[in-house]
Amino acid sequence: MKIALTVNGECRETEAWGGESLLYVLRERLGLLGSKNACEQGECGSCSVLLDGVLVCACLVLGAQADGHVVTTVEGLADGDRLHRVQEAYVQAGAVQCGFCTPGLVVATVDLLESNPSPSDDEIREALSGNLCRCTGYAKIFDAVHRAAMS
Amino acid sequence: MSATATTPGVGRVGDSVPRLDGPPKVKGEFAYASDLQAAGMLWGHTLRSPHPHARIVEIDVSAALTMSGVHAVLTHDDVPGQKTYGLEFADQPVLAHDRVRYFGEAVALVAAEHPEQARRAAEAIRVVYEELPVVSDMERATEMEPLHPERPTMGHGYRDDPRPNVVRHMVIRHGDPDAQGDVSVTGVYEVGIQDQAFLGPESGLAVPDGEGGVDIYVATQWLHVDRDQVAPCLGLDPEQVRIHLAGVGGAFGGREDLSMQIHGALLALHTSRPVKIVYNREESFVGHIHRHPARMWCEHRATRDGRLVNVRMRILLDGGAYASSSTAVASNAASFAVGPYRVDNALIEATAVYTNNPPCGAMRGFGAVQTCFAAEAQMDLLAAELGIDPVDLRLLNALAPGDVLPTGQVVEGSCPVAETIRAAAAIPVPPAEELPRDPIRLPGGAGNTTRGEGVRRGVGFAVGFKNICYSEGFDDSCAARVVLRADGSAEVHCAAAEVGQGVTGVILQVARTELGTDAVTLMPHTTSTVGSAGSASASRMTWMAAGAVRDACRAALEQRERSGGGEVDVERVHRHPRTTPLDPESGQVTGERAHVAFACAAMRVVAEVDVELGLTRVVWVGTAQDVGRAINPIALEGQIEGGTAQGIGLALMEEIQTRDGRITNASFTDYLIPTALDMPPVESVLVEVPEPAAPYGAKGVGEPPTVVSTAAVAAALRAATGKPLRRVPVRPDEIVGLALS
Ligand code: FES
Ligand code: FES
Repeated sequence: MKIALTVNGECRETEAWGGESLLYVLRERLGLLGSKNACEQGECGSCSVLLDGVLVCACLVLGAQADGHVVTTVEGLADGDRLHRVQEAYVQAGAVQCGFCTPGLVVATVDLLESNPSPSDDEIREALSGNLCRCTGYAKIFDAVHRAAMS
Repeated sequence: MSATATTPGVGRVGDSVPRLDGPPKVKGEFAYASDLQAAGMLWGHTLRSPHPHARIVEIDVSAALTMSGVHAVLTHDDVPGQKTYGLEFADQPVLAHDRVRYFGEAVALVAAEHPEQARRAAEAIRVVYEELPVVSDMERATEMEPLHPERPTMGHGYRDDPRPNVVRHMVIRHGDPDAQGDVSVTGVYEVGIQDQAFLGPESGLAVPDGEGGVDIYVATQWLHVDRDQVAPCLGLDPEQVRIHLAGVGGAFGGREDLSMQIHGALLALHTSRPVKIVYNREESFVGHIHRHPARMWCEHRATRDGRLVNVRMRILLDGGAYASSSTAVASNAASFAVGPYRVDNALIEATAVYTNNPPCGAMRGFGAVQTCFAAEAQMDLLAAELGIDPVDLRLLNALAPGDVLPTGQVVEGSCPVAETIRAAAAIPVPPAEELPRDPIRLPGGAGNTTRGEGVRRGVGFAVGFKNICYSEGFDDSCAARVVLRADGSAEVHCAAAEVGQGVTGVILQVARTELGTDAVTLMPHTTSTVGSAGSASASRMTWMAAGAVRDACRAALEQRERSGGGEVDVERVHRHPRTTPLDPESGQVTGERAHVAFACAAMRVVAEVDVELGLTRVVWVGTAQDVGRAINPIALEGQIEGGTAQGIGLALMEEIQTRDGRITNASFTDYLIPTALDMPPVESVLVEVPEPAAPYGAKGVGEPPTVVSTAAVAAALRAATGKPLRRVPVRPDEIVGLALS
């Protein structure tokens, strides 16, 4: 089947098999490999993207469901070489180790700060509790969110 | 494909430097192994055994072969070279032949155009199994039928054990094993199976070179040893197999063993097309080795005034179906069983066995995590028995340079155990939080299960201790190559695997420091341009890579000096002080040392427990770590925080569940790792006493936080509940008193 969606401001069309997730379509059909495939079960948040402005796990959405909709992925955040302030904060705070969780966390943080520009520690914990990170112990991720909130 | 060079930046040894791979990672541009693509690429899939132990009667691939999009279906018959591989013993089949020994063992391979076609074709392979009795109890394993009747002979100076299914039996006899004290405490402790649960699933891309060889781009911890295991199985010379590091999404020991390397290469060579294999989460859980579960019987004897007189410990480790690194894990568990304490007499016995349970191998802390949990519980029992403060008891027995370890090795170099204990004990503990409070700050959290009526607070302390670098005579080395160009810029080649720990930063910091320039580029990590770096494990990579890069930089400068300019290109191999094996009968050092250096960490944990519901919340962690010298403090804190999280996970929630050898929780839904809601703030202090034998005095830092944190959390839970809690992960029924503990 053919599907058409707006990704990071660009209209994209692709052939896809009906069983493919949005994550697969983004990664393998559209070459947008930024969203990660850590569990493909909706448990880790590594594939977080915004679908019509709502934070979703791309692995739980069918590619076909995104037909005609607007998707923002991690690739859509930076302005060329200029990092989004959330991305900059993650780098500066040392919140990135292996980085596999990072694209999902960055997208989730952007979404959090959109609705709550200066979240408390507990609010950050709750908002990011759907994004697993195995490397950092989260402390530096909380630092990054605070930094981004202040910048 | 992956292999990208890391570009110049700033930061010398000792500076807090943000990661150079940070910007590409936050932008989603960093190519992980699962992101690789190549023209004409096929997808590989592995058919795995649904039985933990069975004889393979027949494999029929005919239906799978004719399915649309399918290009190859391979079984053990298609393995052209050596049929088995392994890190220490080649006991693991590339593809199962006569029988399968664990749930999830690889049986057949498929390559197809779409991953779904590959998966369906694998389902269409008909395998007839005849189920065999499952050896699932590690205590009974030594009396059951041998799982490896033709077990490779031990050699290696190991004590040969005649019992079936013993991978290694290791005994350390020190002083008078019958020495008595004024008091003694005993306990039996247990640790469940922990998983590395790195986020990036096992993945890689194999590309045939058209001349019979193959390039493998893969997430691994040790490129050269992968090559040395892969090539013989493919029937190729080592030069025909080139391993390139693809972006690694965490490792923690779980990528020391091979995953898709041989399988991908077989499919690629068979189809003459690039083949990519990406495990899904379930396959990742069954497809890699885990941390050894352990049962430990302990007795500690001490004088009235608190001096340890004798430590006796029997350690049983379940290695699962294949040896992997069980032999070294057993030895490490025994070597570090006592912890960083002085004791004149000890009898320690560690046995690793084969069973039909999931295979176990390397995981952060490598044998020391299990014994630290038991030994520290024993120290607390002893403190209670003697009426001595637990911190004072530890200080009284703290190991220092000049002391003798149970293996007879004299501690040399940096060993600031007492300093580390004092530093951790000096971090102020936060005051108890008032009630009522937001439920998110109570055990049970967002579950909103209590208003705090049954909540008790406990404070626990523990000390952990581990070796740095490889031990027992292993000829451990790391190579680095430096090319100094006429314009003053430099290229560094080193095959040290960057698994997220930050070794690329260390390499660049060292090169910039030594060469006095920022114009340094780290070239792709590969087996084709530089010698082996050894593995990113055993907290050795910082030491070894820093040493190799330093040596190569200095040699390059010297050579340029001599030649009076122009381009120079030198490779140097760094080795740490030589170690020798332990005596197979007594476990005593046969030379000067069996271990190169040691690092310890001390940790205080505050936890709250809902004693009615059995729910827990770790409130705060204060820790001090002996780091030798900090090369990149911000990265080091990240290691401490992350390592602590893994230890908290093992204490509270992480356990691979098996039923008769079958894993029943192979998903992030059922295997729980700490989330942002589970992690407390971690306050850390770095204790810097430079290690004289190490480049820049730096010790590896990855493992001590994981070694100590499980023990420290368990101690806090005991303090909160008054229950003995002798098993981790601690289960709610043990906290509320419904389970015998
Ligand atoms: S990959 Fe989608 S939630 Fe884990
Ligand atoms: S940085 Fe590795 S999983 Fe988060």
